[in-house]
Amino acid sequence: MSTISLAPTLHLNGTALIAEPSGALYWPARETLVVADLHLEKGSSFARRGQLLPPYDSRTTLSLIADAIRRRRPARVICLGDSFHDGEAAARLAPDDADAIRRLTGSSDWIWIAGNHDPVPPETLGGRVVTDALVDGALIFRHEALARAAPGEVSGHYHPKAAITQRGRRLSARCFVEDGRRLILPAFGAYTGGLNVLDPAIAALYPNGFRVHLLGPRKVHGFPRARLLRA
Amino acid sequence: MDESHLPRPIPPNDLPEPFAGWFAARGWVPHPHQQAMRAAANAGEHALLIAPTGGGKTLAGFLPSLIDLAGLPDPDAAGLHTLYVSPLKALAVDIARNLTTPIAEMDLPIRVETRTGDTPQNRRQRQRENPPHILLTTPESLALLISYPEAVDFFATLRTIVIDEAHALAGTKRGDQLALCLARLSILAPDARRVGLSATVAQPDALAAWVSPTAGPGDVRRIEGGGAVEPQIAILDTEERLPWSGHYGLHAAPEIYREIRKAGTTLVFVNTRAQAELLFQELWRGNEDNLAIALHHGSLAREQRRKVEEAMARGALRAVVATSSLDLGIDWAAVDLVIQVGPPKGVSRLTQRIGRAGHRLDAPSRALLVPCNRFEVLECRCAIEGLMARTLDGEAPGPGGLDVLAQHIMGLACAAPFTADALFAEIRASAPYANLDRATFDDVLRYVEDGGYALRTYERWRRLFHKADGTYEVASPQVARRHRMNIGTIVESPTLKVRLRKGPVLGEIEEYFATLLEPGDSFVFGGEMLRFEGMRETWVEVSRAPGKEPKVPSYLGGRMPFTTHLSDRVRAALEDPASWRDLPEQVAEWLRLQQWRSVLPPRDGLLVECFPRGDKEYLVAYSFAGRNAHQTLGMLLTKRMERMGVGPLGFVASDYVIAVWSLHPVEDVTGLFDEDMLGDDLEAWMEESSLMRRTFRNVAIVAGLIERKMPGTEKTGRQVTFSADLIYDVLRRHEPDHILLRATRADAAGGMIDVGRLADFLKRAATGGIIHRRLDRVSPLAVPILLEVGKEQVASDAAIEDLLDEAAADLEGDLVREAMGGPDGGGILHGELPL
Repeated sequence: MSTISLAPTLHLNGTALIAEPSGALYWPARETLVVADLHLEKGSSFARRGQLLPPYDSRTTLSLIADAIRRRRPARVICLGDSFHDGEAAARLAPDDADAIRRLTGSSDWIWIAGNHDPVPPETLGGRVVTDALVDGALIFRHEALARAAPGEVSGHYHPKAAITQRGRRLSARCFVEDGRRLILPAFGAYTGGLNVLDPAIAALYPNGFRVHLLGPRKVHGFPRARLLRA
Repeated sequence: MDESHLPRPIPPNDLPEPFAGWFAARGWVPHPHQQAMRAAANAGEHALLIAPTGGGKTLAGFLPSLIDLAGLPDPDAAGLHTLYVSPLKALAVDIARNLTTPIAEMDLPIRVETRTGDTPQNRRQRQRENPPHILLTTPESLALLISYPEAVDFFATLRTIVIDEAHALAGTKRGDQLALCLARLSILAPDARRVGLSATVAQPDALAAWVSPTAGPGDVRRIEGGGAVEPQIAILDTEERLPWSGHYGLHAAPEIYREIRKAGTTLVFVNTRAQAELLFQELWRGNEDNLAIALHHGSLAREQRRKVEEAMARGALRAVVATSSLDLGIDWAAVDLVIQVGPPKGVSRLTQRIGRAGHRLDAPSRALLVPCNRFEVLECRCAIEGLMARTLDGEAPGPGGLDVLAQHIMGLACAAPFTADALFAEIRASAPYANLDRATFDDVLRYVEDGGYALRTYERWRRLFHKADGTYEVASPQVARRHRMNIGTIVESPTLKVRLRKGPVLGEIEEYFATLLEPGDSFVFGGEMLRFEGMRETWVEVSRAPGKEPKVPSYLGGRMPFTTHLSDRVRAALEDPASWRDLPEQVAEWLRLQQWRSVLPPRDGLLVECFPRGDKEYLVAYSFAGRNAHQTLGMLLTKRMERMGVGPLGFVASDYVIAVWSLHPVEDVTGLFDEDMLGDDLEAWMEESSLMRRTFRNVAIVAGLIERKMPGTEKTGRQVTFSADLIYDVLRRHEPDHILLRATRADAAGGMIDVGRLADFLKRAATGGIIHRRLDRVSPLAVPILLEVGKEQVASDAAIEDLLDEAAADLEGDLVREAMGGPDGGGILHGELPL
């Protein structure tokens, strides 16, 4: 683990934030770590239907969160919804994965915001549930962006990814999307795919254009919309 | 049946009627090998017929079955008698058509039908209820047939299995699948005889073992077909300046055109689809006489390919520019010239391609080789020498893929319950799996059963039930249905259809290439200049419009490796100046200049040249191990050079050489190429490489872990995709020894990464010694590879980060943020699949 930068990578509604290459967001002023769309137990939801994907997605996701927590030592962690892939996900967790979640939720003020996959996040794993949105200072945290929202909205749900070309090579990765007023986080879960930011579902939320912050192997790289490829 | 059957004095025609009369009416006498095949049939022996193209092989394969069927007292009750398997659907269809002629003319009570992916559902149903006497099919359709419970009755009457183009199947995943299906047929129809038909191969014993029901070559009678007449082959001695580098051969287009004009019908073979497109354009640009020149490659729409094949069969074309899409298949007796543009990459491939011309045993094939650059002149010359010496290349087929085995086990479970012991014995009777150990087999079986993961909480979901009586059976009809939709071992790169605006589909391009296009870009496809209009739901919309500087579609799959045998010949030729006499003067002069300025690469051992150029230091190794092995070597060399502190900056590899450039010169060249290079670095690099990721995706699809993109099931519009890479990363992290990762490593080591060949090369360098030449400037022999610099990209984590940095730095303003620390977190995704 190399040095931890505290330089902000983006400003949202006047608030300085750090977009991590892990896909997590850090808010230094409030010592808050934010992650979106963990989709825990997505693997076993496929297995239930006969497609036996490797079952280790939950523990991979959890260990990536644990790494982010070790780097930042946050006082608070906000999960922006769709933390569990479905209503039975918590019941399918392997016992040591459930224990790992309890250890994490016990280590800070842990907030589960409800999402469409997990309208009722489980109560047996610690943390507190926020069903709608959480307001703190100039920011408001919710699962899915509203068509018309006040500035400062931080959400997940869309799993944004983006692609560019450089020297004839296509580089595609998960990304943060923002226009200074609204920020959408990439999905953090190990088995979460992505939707291109140029898809109307995402682009329509930014009528005045947007910037992406593409997750590289070790750094986050900013690009304007004009530089991006479809698909 | 394409072949002409020439009147021969011997052997006597002892055919029964009506065959004897039918042959006599045509003035034909059976070839000796056709008679030998009958003798093998009469003795009830398995047989492998090895004969050059045009030797009457197919009739030799079918004649015994036709005679047998003609003599049956009650043909209606006979059931399925002969199964014919070919690697090409088109070939099965063509053979069916050609069999109907003798059957109709002799009025034989024999029913012949085909069954391929194109066979309509109602006909398949009818075939299951009332099988034809002779069924012509492909390995995939056979695997599907075997997965039904009715297979027991369907195949019970089977007497003969004919495997056509066996050389093209053995050693491939399709061949592994077919070998497993044949092992099952040996259970369902123990008396069925196997008959392999093959072009001449370097490893006939291995092929006989592959055909054998016991995986031993001893119980297969080997029959050699008549030798073809010596072909007439020349190398085009271009009047143009021979290019230093490049692989398209466009400089020779006017000369190729002149040859086409002189000949009746010409087949122009190239090595990649991109090259086919470009050369086709170039030929038409100079087509003053408006000759009918067509284009044929695997990305064109099937309809279009079929049209070209039919026009060719009618003799309506003067030339076809084709890739390996025409290597096998229907024979055209009318072809009288084959032009190979670019090196053939192997003696066997050259033999087969040349065999496509003058398709008669008595007429010599005429062929012309067109090298695209100077190294290729040497390669072409060596390939011709190899061909004249009747040597062939090709490794013995390696062990069968574990992903294919997993698919097969699932298919058998769909048909009927089995026990592990019986299944293991059955599988070991096939050559690709003859040496499979029980522990590996058990791991594959467990994978099929429940995924085979160490995490126990997962065991409640399963695809097979292990019942109390010890048998395994498929868990549900849904599982069986899904399996049948995913049968097959060919995994294509994801492609998108190319469709004219308000018009028809023209073919397919790789999704990867499509994503590089911007509206307004033009590209060459199917011999036309197309303008990219935009991506629609599931296709690429184009219009016909000329544009400037068209892009050329890239195809990941088009490159064929340079064989070891040919590499040996090229090294021997380089070392021996006496052999340069008949080389084109441009090439001989180039080699003499090399001799004077540096030294020629030795046949054994390794020449390494180091020289400064600009502000960089270059190291060029003349390793001749093929591009795949060189890519791997490049990664390993740069890692070592990093540790030596010389600051490697990049590398580029061809089939012949590898060049690495760095900030400082390498002092210890011998240490750099030490044999222990294939240790931890290799393992660490392999795991991360995009080649492994691509290999994993293929393995996961074949093994049924992830499903193919089914036509019609793609979501339109908003599509969330989920990458095979994500699964690879998770599995690798938590269960690095999982059977699918073992299968992936085995595939990658043998294929794209070519570790075996790299090891051989390092050994050769160690025994033969390393000649290190420190030069003050680039040597003549190094010029071609230096011209490739910048055309090739290196894939590694660092390279991705560098490219992203570079892309971000291109931007104006303050978009580039300060780099921040952190571990490797995000992932660059490749080859996404919908899940």
